[in-house]
Amino acid sequence: MARVVITGAGSINPLGRNVAETWAAMQAGRCAIGPLEFRDVERLSVKIGAQVHGFVPEDHLSRAEIGFSDRFAQFALVSARQAVAQAGLVFEGELADRAGVVIGTAGGGLTTSDEAYRAVYAEGKNRVHPFVVPRLMHNAAASQISIALGLRGPTLAVSTACAGSNHAMGLAFQMVRSGATPVMLAGGAEAMLCFGGIKAWEGLRVMSADGCRPFSADRNGLVQGEGAAVFVFEEYDRARARGAQILAEVAGFAMGADAGDMLTPSVAGAARAMAGALADARLAPEAVGYINAHGTATAANDRSECAAVRQVFGAHADRLMISSTKSMHGHLIGATGAVELLACLMALGEGVIAPTVGYRVPDPDCALDVVPNEARQARVDVVLSNAFAFGGLNAVLALTRV
Amino acid sequence: MASAVADEIIAIIARQAMLDAREVRLDMTLDELGFDSLVLVEALFAIEEKFDVTVPYNANEPDETDFDISSVGAVIAGVEALVAAKV
Repeated sequence: MARVVITGAGSINPLGRNVAETWAAMQAGRCAIGPLEFRDVERLSVKIGAQVHGFVPEDHLSRAEIGFSDRFAQFALVSARQAVAQAGLVFEGELADRAGVVIGTAGGGLTTSDEAYRAVYAEGKNRVHPFVVPRLMHNAAASQISIALGLRGPTLAVSTACAGSNHAMGLAFQMVRSGATPVMLAGGAEAMLCFGGIKAWEGLRVMSADGCRPFSADRNGLVQGEGAAVFVFEEYDRARARGAQILAEVAGFAMGADAGDMLTPSVAGAARAMAGALADARLAPEAVGYINAHGTATAANDRSECAAVRQVFGAHADRLMISSTKSMHGHLIGATGAVELLACLMALGEGVIAPTVGYRVPDPDCALDVVPNEARQARVDVVLSNAFAFGGLNAVLALTRV
Repeated sequence: MASAVADEIIAIIARQAMLDAREVRLDMTLDELGFDSLVLVEALFAIEEKFDVTVPYNANEPDETDFDISSVGAVIAGVEALVAAKV
């Protein structure tokens, strides 16, 4: 089986317009959560979120790309171009035929749907823009990237709620490792910060109205974000042969289902995914220095996730660091694992552990080193990235320093 | 003498073709303007929005309709007829 490495990373998210800005914000412990700004926000009970401000599509994308794309696909395209530029790849000939794209998203073009519904139901209009369908399809982001960069290999969307990015990146990893393709672009994209998007989430009563405080005893729910991140997954020997910069090795991946409750997380399911990723990577639990937590700041997730970490790591749970960067960029739902992978790359490559900001009160149910409020310098060789979705779907990646 | 409807339609077509309105002539075909099927669909949408009419055009059966899209002038005549029929 081939070894798989990451040779490019790109992102636009609430913390930054690229990877460097995102890392700087994570290192500074900056929180991008603030008042939501969009139409009808006054009719919501949840009025905070982490938006990407100042994004002007015309600065990044062609007229045709803008015409065919919802905001989520626009974020994905910008991120993919950054990642490929860093990797220094040009997709031509056989490489173009074999390389593909897999992008996770939960809402797809949800803003497009929301606006079209508003037009026909609320405003009584009898027509919507002709490109509503190509904009709202969940595969739009993957397709737009394939078209823009000329990738003709396996290209698809993955939609597994809050684990979409990790499933997408896990599939890309497995495809490159198996030899099915030498290069995949993988990540996630989400843009559901609009009236209908938040209104639906309000109904679940899992959202915080005042802030995201993962692992803190006074946490009261998740806060949504938006954005995208895309990575170049490349076969190791190929990357070495062409002298590419290697950001990290993707060493293992595991996914599974709780087969239990639609919303309540399972300790056993989360533990099985973490242990599975380590087994897939042939790594001992003691090798792990940092876990990027799912850490949604809901009462149930954080308690359950910490119990799962204890179950998998035993005494080593007290020696590793675990943080939730959702405290800074919010929960990007289908894109969250991709943006959180940036924190993993920063830990491995820069020796900086992103903090859990907003942490105020210790919770005995979350008594781990959650890197509260301030980033930390530390050398780590192995990291895990957790994602546990509604629907009971779990996906964990293991990465190592090369 | 061009009507107000004609001026509006020429402006919409010019915007879709990324041309100056003065470069659009009534005898031009949509092919000459560089329209593909999707640009046509966007232009028809813009016309429908502007004049609050429904243009009878199905991309699967472009010839099975009375609405003539063979030239800029034909489109203008078709839309003028639809606008007149509204009143």
